[in-house]
Amino acid sequence: MSSRILPYFLISPVVIFLLAFFIYPFVLVSQQAFQGDSGAWTLSNFQDVISYWKFPISLRNTLLLAVAVVPIQLSLALLMATMVSRMNKGRDLILYVWTIPLGISDLAAGIIWLAIFEQSGFLNSMLSGLGLIERPMNLLSYQSPVIVFTAIALAEIWRATAIMLVILVAGIGLIPKEYYEAADVFGASKWKQFIRITFPLLRPSLQTALVLRVILAFEIFAVVAALGGTLFPVLMGETYAYQFDLLNSGAAAAIALIILGISIAFTMVILRVLRVPKGASI
Amino acid sequence: MAEIEIKNVAKNFGAYEALSDINLTIADQEFMVLLGASGCGKSTLLRIIAGLETASSGEVWIGGKRIDHLAPKDRGIAMVFQNYAVFPHLTVFENIGFGLRMKKLPNEVVRQRVEKVAELMHIEMLLSRYSGELSGGQRQRVAVARALAMEPDVILMDEPLSNLDALLRMEMRAELKGVLAESKTTAIYVTHDQVEAMSMADRISVMHQGKIIQADTPIQVYRNPSAKFVASFIGNPPMNFLPASRSGTKWSVAGAKFTGPETKIDILEFAVRPEDLKSADNGICATVKIVEPLGAHLLVTCTVEGHLFRVVMDSDTSLKTGQIITLAPQANRIRWFDPETALAL
Ligand SMILES: Nc1ncnc2c1ncn2[C@@H]1O[C@H](COP(=O)(O)OP(=O)(O)OP(=O)(O)O)[C@@H](O)[C@H]1O
Ligand SMILES: [Mg+2]
Repeated sequence: MSSRILPYFLISPVVIFLLAFFIYPFVLVSQQAFQGDSGAWTLSNFQDVISYWKFPISLRNTLLLAVAVVPIQLSLALLMATMVSRMNKGRDLILYVWTIPLGISDLAAGIIWLAIFEQSGFLNSMLSGLGLIERPMNLLSYQSPVIVFTAIALAEIWRATAIMLVILVAGIGLIPKEYYEAADVFGASKWKQFIRITFPLLRPSLQTALVLRVILAFEIFAVVAALGGTLFPVLMGETYAYQFDLLNSGAAAAIALIILGISIAFTMVILRVLRVPKGASI
Repeated sequence: MAEIEIKNVAKNFGAYEALSDINLTIADQEFMVLLGASGCGKSTLLRIIAGLETASSGEVWIGGKRIDHLAPKDRGIAMVFQNYAVFPHLTVFENIGFGLRMKKLPNEVVRQRVEKVAELMHIEMLLSRYSGELSGGQRQRVAVARALAMEPDVILMDEPLSNLDALLRMEMRAELKGVLAESKTTAIYVTHDQVEAMSMADRISVMHQGKIIQADTPIQVYRNPSAKFVASFIGNPPMNFLPASRSGTKWSVAGAKFTGPETKIDILEFAVRPEDLKSADNGICATVKIVEPLGAHLLVTCTVEGHLFRVVMDSDTSLKTGQIITLAPQANRIRWFDPETALAL
């Protein structure tokens, strides 16, 4: 086979896969989003969705969660990754334990945290057992939005920090140790080494970890459903409601595209901020 | 004042003994070269002095202070790494200025020092590049510049010129030596290139299998090797060896008689450098095997009673393979070794 055709031939399976399972559904969804009941092209779905009173709330909630959760996860993952990479013995064991939450579905994770926070949950029994409260309280109620938010954030942090951890551990493993030796000799403290060497050399991994994590943060659904129910509307929850409760697939498609737009915007920002200049990679 | 003293240093990697019983004193402002074959422990010794590796036993002193418990940055040293360790995410300028920035020197001072050493290493035009855009030799010069910029008391260099072409290396050798002498820096310089060692060193420490065999001036190491290993390691082509046996008051070597040392041993090893031999009417008889004209002179490989024997001769000499020649060594250049201990007598 000629060398001009060969590359196309070799990537064709991937291209076919992407066309069938990503591009085609994407086109369908876009069509649904931009077509009215009559089949004419229109923006009415978007107008409906955006003007609905829950939209600003769910948009704000989704962004708020992402802003609260992702930086904490990033710092935790960085800290844990640095610790793990300095360990010799027991490193793999710790890594396995830390990544266990990854193997649990997000709904299950939500239910686990519900078991902690609900009225008859661990937290209440512990507090009343210690005599700190007289009788179990309903923590996850509309009267305590801060606790609801905190519970969701905690569950998310517990559940999804490990995905960043795994990526960062791999990234740190790629940094040759002689850079740290040189830094030692030339007077950089451990903190300076982290700031001036680990962090910049980790940019490619940070990009991957952040993009992945931020996109997942905008798609948060099951954990919120389990812990907040309708108390804490988020974009993905609205999509679900439009599609399955209101049976309005046009509106559901429109929200899905809005989420996609936000994800793409954030991805671009992350890639831009953490870009590595040409010739400056390991 | 930065005199370096290494006392009884040993280093084991598990069961493997990488260094044993290293004792070495390097005077203030001395240029000491560690010379030895690959894997003999040169880098390990350097890294112990730098504090990147801890010795299994022994002490390291710099400037009269014991420093082997100090962090690398508190030892007053700078180092050129064998694999450069030039930071890929910093420009050449920031790489060279890295240590100065860590010392929080003012920008202006950093700029001046960086530009000065960059010029010295001929990399002033690369200052804004990243290391991914540099060749191996350029990267190596950045590593040297980064160490020089620190103006340390002691500079440790692990094969800092190994990646340069012959011409540039010769030039850098001289410049580096000049700069270090001028800045009154004590230098330890690792190389496996003996020409480099001979031309730069105040003293050479010849290492072999984790031990220092001889530490002396280049000319002493060359003329009076303390052990057979040094004799065969230094010099290209290497020294010739022939067995010698007692014959009355003299020593008989391949039929020829020589005055040798007073000793109780009956068998010795006779050694002479290829350039210290001349054709003569009587002496050692050798059969010519290979004649290699090298321009300035002729390298003749012979055999003497089955032993390899090399001679450097004038390039005008005409010789044929198979010819038998008689060679007389210059009497004051003959060396004798004990075949049991491989030490010089
Ligand atoms: N971290 C280590 N673990 C185990 N063995 C090691 C380690 N570092 C070095 N060694 C061994 O110690 C010996 C000396 O190594 P060293 O790097 O000092 O050699 P060298 O003289 O610098 O060689 P070269 O000229 O090839 O750089 C080698 O046999 C090497 O395999
Ligand atoms: Mg080495």
